[in-house]
Amino acid sequence: MGRTLIQKLWDSHTVADLGDNASLLYVDRVFLHERTGSVSLKGLEAAGRKVRNPEQVFCTMDHIVDTLPGRGDDTIMPSGKAFITTTRDAAKAAGITLFDIGDNRQGIVHVVSAEQGITLPGFTQVCPDSHTCTLGALGALAWGIGSTEGEHALATKTLAVNKPKSMRVNFDGKLAFGVTAKDMILNLIGAYTASGGVGHAIEFTGSAIHTLPQENRFTVCNMAVEFAAFTGVIPPDDTTFEYVHGRPYAPTGEVWDKALSYWRTLTADDDAVYNKDITIDCADIVPTVTWGTSPGHTTRIDGVVPQPSEAPDANARTSWERALEYMDVKPGQPLEGLPIDAAFIGSCTNSRLSDLRDVAHVVKGHHVANGVKAIIVPGSSQVKLAAEAEGLDKVFTAAGFEWRESGCSMCFYAGGESFGERERVISSTNRNFENRQGPKTRTHLASPTSVAASAIAGKIADVRKLG
Amino acid sequence: MSLTMQKFTTLTSVAAPLMRVNIDTDAIIPSREMKGVTKEGLSVGMFANWRYSDVDAREENPEFVLNRAPFRDAEILLSGENFGCGSSREHAVWALKEWGIRCVIAPSFGTIFYGNCVRNGILPVMLPEAVVKAFADIAERGEADDQLTINLPEQKVIGFDGDAHPFEIAPADKEMLVEGLDPIGLTLKQDDEILAFQKQDQTERPWVYL
Repeated sequence: MGRTLIQKLWDSHTVADLGDNASLLYVDRVFLHERTGSVSLKGLEAAGRKVRNPEQVFCTMDHIVDTLPGRGDDTIMPSGKAFITTTRDAAKAAGITLFDIGDNRQGIVHVVSAEQGITLPGFTQVCPDSHTCTLGALGALAWGIGSTEGEHALATKTLAVNKPKSMRVNFDGKLAFGVTAKDMILNLIGAYTASGGVGHAIEFTGSAIHTLPQENRFTVCNMAVEFAAFTGVIPPDDTTFEYVHGRPYAPTGEVWDKALSYWRTLTADDDAVYNKDITIDCADIVPTVTWGTSPGHTTRIDGVVPQPSEAPDANARTSWERALEYMDVKPGQPLEGLPIDAAFIGSCTNSRLSDLRDVAHVVKGHHVANGVKAIIVPGSSQVKLAAEAEGLDKVFTAAGFEWRESGCSMCFYAGGESFGERERVISSTNRNFENRQGPKTRTHLASPTSVAASAIAGKIADVRKLG
Repeated sequence: MSLTMQKFTTLTSVAAPLMRVNIDTDAIIPSREMKGVTKEGLSVGMFANWRYSDVDAREENPEFVLNRAPFRDAEILLSGENFGCGSSREHAVWALKEWGIRCVIAPSFGTIFYGNCVRNGILPVMLPEAVVKAFADIAERGEADDQLTINLPEQKVIGFDGDAHPFEIAPADKEMLVEGLDPIGLTLKQDDEILAFQKQDQTERPWVYL
């Protein structure tokens, strides 16, 4: 029987078979950030252990650091400075590479890791951050772990992992106008619920995946964790190799050639069998928005809030009822036209240069509606510089958006900046959980272009109707 | 006592029913409650948005299950599918542990949360939804005598009616919990294999080595 891509990645990193479906896997790269990585480094130090191969460990400041212009170590979040200074000191003591505040390589961990060529096809990579699965879009086995597992990977260069089941998600067909990678992944989670991928590692395939530009593929893999999957990967192809080529940490010359010929083997065998197979026809996908408090609570932009009586089971019904109350929406209510207080474009899901170009295309010549707080946060300092070189920042600020320094920013509320109580926010991020973006804040997830169109309309809008 | 490597064999306790699906780690420990670079002092922020009617004033919401007798002292939590989904923050587990929760029973768990539990001496038990729901229905009566017993070595939960419900757990995870093993120490016993792998890998995949 042939092997899946996940199986190939697994086999090529197996140091020891631990029996009972568990393996000791070799970890090529560890990436840390100041919120949870700081705890890993401190824990390791307290145990008197050292980082093995510090040259293969990287760290950035993204979660706690402010994104307002002129930022430094002080943060709006009370006690945030301690995370920053502790991380800096611990990174220095451990001898790992830190992309600090002010370094033009700083940015959101999963954006930076790809952008710098730190993650390469065929790699294993871990980070104490659930959205590490983003990097699966390069054909890497990348997954989120806890801080203690982070210590383990740092100290031993390995992790003991129970092998997940396999799932293939085929995105067939072509995307229609106004439909993005974000709409694809929201549709999957909406159709199969936020626990639909539990216990599985996913291979995303199909014509709609392989025609996606590399940057958009990250968006698909980013939300594998919102599907409860162990991780998601996309078999690397020429699009991937072109993206990787020339990145600062990517190989060059003969080593590049050798790597490339290896990377071309990173596809599933034709006769590979998966524990679960799902096919989604992309012709059926329209711009999608969430109405509730789980990434699975989705609807078409031209759809309505569902009736709890339509819920597939009693649990879903209870969860829908609770979500209706939290979100202050009514069954049968159209999403389109719902007034918003704020619009947020950023996060490891949607903050790359191509996202910003798409947003600029939508907002150029328009202005954010009165009373709407609209913010754009580039995914990395490199993205910021590139966007500014193209004049995108001017388009955004002329349209009434705030243009920020790079970081995770208001994807979550850590005690610093937040959207107000009961405010309604349309957001290009990945989590619409209760209180995620602020106390009692109501989050609707959507693509960056849907967010941009909504910011201009002052209400949830169908991007296909704008311009 | 160290926050890690506490042994788990058997446990008898009242079980607190928190029967929602997809309870995420943001709900278990909101970001704003993670105030320092530490594994400690987190229990006060546990479930803060549900547990307090006024989060800033720490004014308790008397309706919330862990604020009610006898559940305040519960060491077992019952919940819906996909418990601990979302953010990888191990702080969720550290908060539960500090509060006194030793076992969570649910139909399924967020993968990272599950691993974090095992590494901190909390037992995550997966049982069919109907079984968890039946437990919750009885637990909801709030009788201090209604207690569940977990027997990890025998991989079973003894229900309120005395019936045994077997559960699955990966042998390595079970061993880690029962023995209170240090997984890093355990792996370092295989150091020769790790070094041999690395040596071979350096010739096969030189681009990995910066």
